[in-house]
Amino acid sequence: MSSSTPKTHDVIVVGAGHNGLVAACYLARSGLDVLVVERNDYIGGAAVSRQLYEDFTYSNCSYVCSLLRPEIMRALELPKHGLQIIPYDSGCTMMRGGGHLALYDNHDALRREIARHSPRDAEAYDRYSRDVMRQCKFIRPLLLREPPDPTSFKPRDLTELLYLGARFNGMGEQRMYDTLRFWTMSAADFLDEYFESEIVKAHFAGSSIIGTALGPRSPGSAYVLLHHYMGDIDETVGAWGFARGGMGSVTSALTSSLRASGGDVRVSAPVDHVLVQGGRARGVVLDSGEEIRARVVVSNMDVKRTFLHCVEPEHLPEEFLTAVRRFKIRGSSGKLNIALDGLPSFPAIPAGCPALRGDMHITDTLEMMERAYDDWKEGRWSAAPYLDMLIPSQIDPTMAADGKHYMSVFVQYCPYELADGPWTDAKRTAFGATVIDAIAEHSPNFKSLILHAEVRTPWDIEREVGLTEGNIFQGELTMDQLLFNRPVPGYAQYRTPVNGLYMSGSSTHPGGGVMGAPGANCARRVLADLGRSAA
Amino acid sequence: MTTHAWDVIVIGAGHNGLVCAQHLARAGQSVLVLEAGSAVGGFAAAREFAPGFKAAVGAQLIHQFSDQSVRELQLERHGLRWAARKLSTTVVTPERSVRILGGQVSGTSANDAHAWAHLSARLDRYAQFLNAVQSSCPPRLGSTDFQDRWSLLKMGLRLRLLGRRDMREFLRIVGMNVYDLATDELADPLLQAALGMDAILGSNFGPRAPGTVLTLLSRRAGETTSANGYSLPIGGPGALAVALADAAQAAGVTLRTDALVARIAVEEDRVVGVDLATGERLCAPRVVSNVDPRQTFLSLLGTAHLDTGFVRRVDHFRQRGITAKLHLALGGLPTLQGLEPSRLGDRLLVAPSLDYIERAFNASKYGEVSSHPALEVTVPTIHDPSLAPAGQHVLTAIVNYAAFDTKAGTSAARAALLQNTLATLDAVAPGLSARVLHSELLLPSDLERECRVTGGHWHHGDLAFDQFLMVRPFPGAAQYDSPLQGLYLCGAGSHPGGGLTGLPGRLAAERILRSRP
Repeated sequence: MSSSTPKTHDVIVVGAGHNGLVAACYLARSGLDVLVVERNDYIGGAAVSRQLYEDFTYSNCSYVCSLLRPEIMRALELPKHGLQIIPYDSGCTMMRGGGHLALYDNHDALRREIARHSPRDAEAYDRYSRDVMRQCKFIRPLLLREPPDPTSFKPRDLTELLYLGARFNGMGEQRMYDTLRFWTMSAADFLDEYFESEIVKAHFAGSSIIGTALGPRSPGSAYVLLHHYMGDIDETVGAWGFARGGMGSVTSALTSSLRASGGDVRVSAPVDHVLVQGGRARGVVLDSGEEIRARVVVSNMDVKRTFLHCVEPEHLPEEFLTAVRRFKIRGSSGKLNIALDGLPSFPAIPAGCPALRGDMHITDTLEMMERAYDDWKEGRWSAAPYLDMLIPSQIDPTMAADGKHYMSVFVQYCPYELADGPWTDAKRTAFGATVIDAIAEHSPNFKSLILHAEVRTPWDIEREVGLTEGNIFQGELTMDQLLFNRPVPGYAQYRTPVNGLYMSGSSTHPGGGVMGAPGANCARRVLADLGRSAA
Repeated sequence: MTTHAWDVIVIGAGHNGLVCAQHLARAGQSVLVLEAGSAVGGFAAAREFAPGFKAAVGAQLIHQFSDQSVRELQLERHGLRWAARKLSTTVVTPERSVRILGGQVSGTSANDAHAWAHLSARLDRYAQFLNAVQSSCPPRLGSTDFQDRWSLLKMGLRLRLLGRRDMREFLRIVGMNVYDLATDELADPLLQAALGMDAILGSNFGPRAPGTVLTLLSRRAGETTSANGYSLPIGGPGALAVALADAAQAAGVTLRTDALVARIAVEEDRVVGVDLATGERLCAPRVVSNVDPRQTFLSLLGTAHLDTGFVRRVDHFRQRGITAKLHLALGGLPTLQGLEPSRLGDRLLVAPSLDYIERAFNASKYGEVSSHPALEVTVPTIHDPSLAPAGQHVLTAIVNYAAFDTKAGTSAARAALLQNTLATLDAVAPGLSARVLHSELLLPSDLERECRVTGGHWHHGDLAFDQFLMVRPFPGAAQYDSPLQGLYLCGAGSHPGGGLTGLPGRLAAERILRSRP
């Protein structure tokens, strides 16, 4: 009868992004037969290393690593499978008209540096970092937990709610108040409470807008700032690093770990739709018409792509579909990957300063950052964008040949839809030129060093990686889309209205970044539903 | 020198101070209300802005003062009469308009009319829930006190009583921005803008700011308490304040105007009364401040009596006003493009789209003047001719947005905003500016001076998640009391915030009566 389906897998994971692979690894480790199917002819989703020009390696989507949960690294033995994270210290913001602020790892050096701009801010910095770390410590244990449904009376939900309530209550009135503020305030208001110097505020505010369709003055942006602080490398909380060999090393280590546990990945296997029969997911149907059957299907695609494109609407309640349509996944970021014939000079930064090896920024006031957001709201790319620039080849020689350098430039803001019509090649070139000109203002020899530049708009990222609107978090990290509301109220626990179909992508709690937590949480839910314990 | 001993002294005869005073007096307390100005009412105080032309300095419509309070406080017995009730809202543009009354709307497509009715009903259910929360004293965070835990539990139960679907939807939209809510639910840009205006009036936010659905619901919560919608008393909103003052005095309250309090007197870590600017000391074991939290703690009390953590919280309370008020004396009635003259009596919104409002907000972020401000306009003389000389009219408008700190300087900003506002009005009512006999535009800095509210902020401080409910204005002062024994708050800086609701005043009185002196 089922002669066309030679084999039924236990689990099919749709999409070989990092969360899909994390979920697959956990499931395979507990003895399930797992197959990951990937549309592209390469593995990794948005965590990839690609050779798009000569022998340069581009981390052409995500570009730095920090948020990947150490629990996952250990459990899946990623270092053994080749993953090496190289921490980089410091970063800097260059000022228009010369001058800079460097952020060093060394606490004393950092204080001295901030004091150059404002002695008062140097004092405030200790209070700032202590307060931020305290919030991180509160939130981090929640990352690998399933958010409770506040409307449910099930014992598990009630227990989890009580756990949260008790944790929150245990902080005492003052800390509860601080936490509430952190989750709801704007980054600008939050930073104003500590710092007076514009450049100090601008530097710290950067992480509040990365990947987000909010400005630093939008309420809720302080949480996004925190989201970027949640990572740690070798127990150093908030530290960032490069994956040696580019971000693809994360997903290739995951793939290797998966294969070691008996799972597999099939590339160039685009899924047309999830096969649903009798109200249950039974597998997937590829574009080619091939059916692959499984007891459980895990979608690592974002929630819109999963339910608006890959599941027939008749299997879904109308209310759920409406909620999915209304889930906000907004394209707001662009990316340039640049092959350089040498190391560009930045006169604002003293030669040899370690700041050049970290994140370099050129947005020196909050107003400049907020105005960049105003451009996005009007449907145009920022005339003076916020840039996060890194030259990993200074530290990781595998990225480019001797003397040559790879530069990653993350650009905020760049809209998915332009007010004056769809993206065209000419507009993409103009967008790239805006960014290159902005960098060249701080680096006289920059333009002459460019060998090749890949310019990626949200539209390109969506088309290539499959992320709706090219949103790096698979959905805005706003209050209405966090915790039990992410992605859809009532479906925040990795399950979907279709039995046997689960979600593992960043659209789910706790959201985006190369963190792996959604994938791990989803695997735990699948295993519990199958009555198996995690390996 | 002690002149008299009172049970309670209330600083400030704004409407909340007067409500609080009356409730206290009725419970048998001897109450003295001190008002720095010569008129009562604070933001609602009547003002003759040109000879024979009257308007309230801040407020222009009453829509959140509960019918129950009007009865309880016996305001109609003390002179409150209504010139108009249940006013419709009309969103006007040069091309077309929509008219809204509650859940009903005309001038839009059948689809949008249906969607509006549906959305209105849903928002009203949430508003009713929120109203129950807003009309009781908020519990204290992290408290082990039985009363606090009970209130918290009640809040949770009320939320559950919404039913699973509504509870889920409430928990989702309450953190959203009004821009998304409006565009998700409605297609007509005018209706979207109407919803947006209700969310941002008086707030330091554009419609795209997360949390603006909370401000929208908070406003609607107040509106659920009255069956009469947007209302105008005869004599303007100032008449409400006068009736409150009369009723309070009838209940035994002593009211002294032109009595500027210089400081709150403290002896041995407890309040003993107040010192007037004249040097006179008035003694009372309890002092209630209707003044905004910042002035209360930093100017009237002084930081010597507070710990540094508390002072920091006071400092962080965001209370920069963002709203200007326009008063025009008109030689004759303007005509609204394409509308019959009677429609001038509606609550008029001049904001054709959410993007328009957001752009008006953009300018204010940088201390610049909005080139096309978003307006809420009334022509009260249509309903109440007593506000202007015969045959002449008054137009008042709430002008969003006006930054507190302006790059160009106050007088240049005032002139530019006035010009932009008149141009905006002329576009919907051609020839209006030619009829202007006299104009007055009060920027937040003017309102700060006129109403003695720091920042000139309507709500004495932004309404936002971190300045809402049990953390309004901030922990340590969020249940109407303060770190200092005998000192209480009863103004808009306290839960549930600003607007002519009288709720902070009433809840403060309840709190004071519950606690021992």
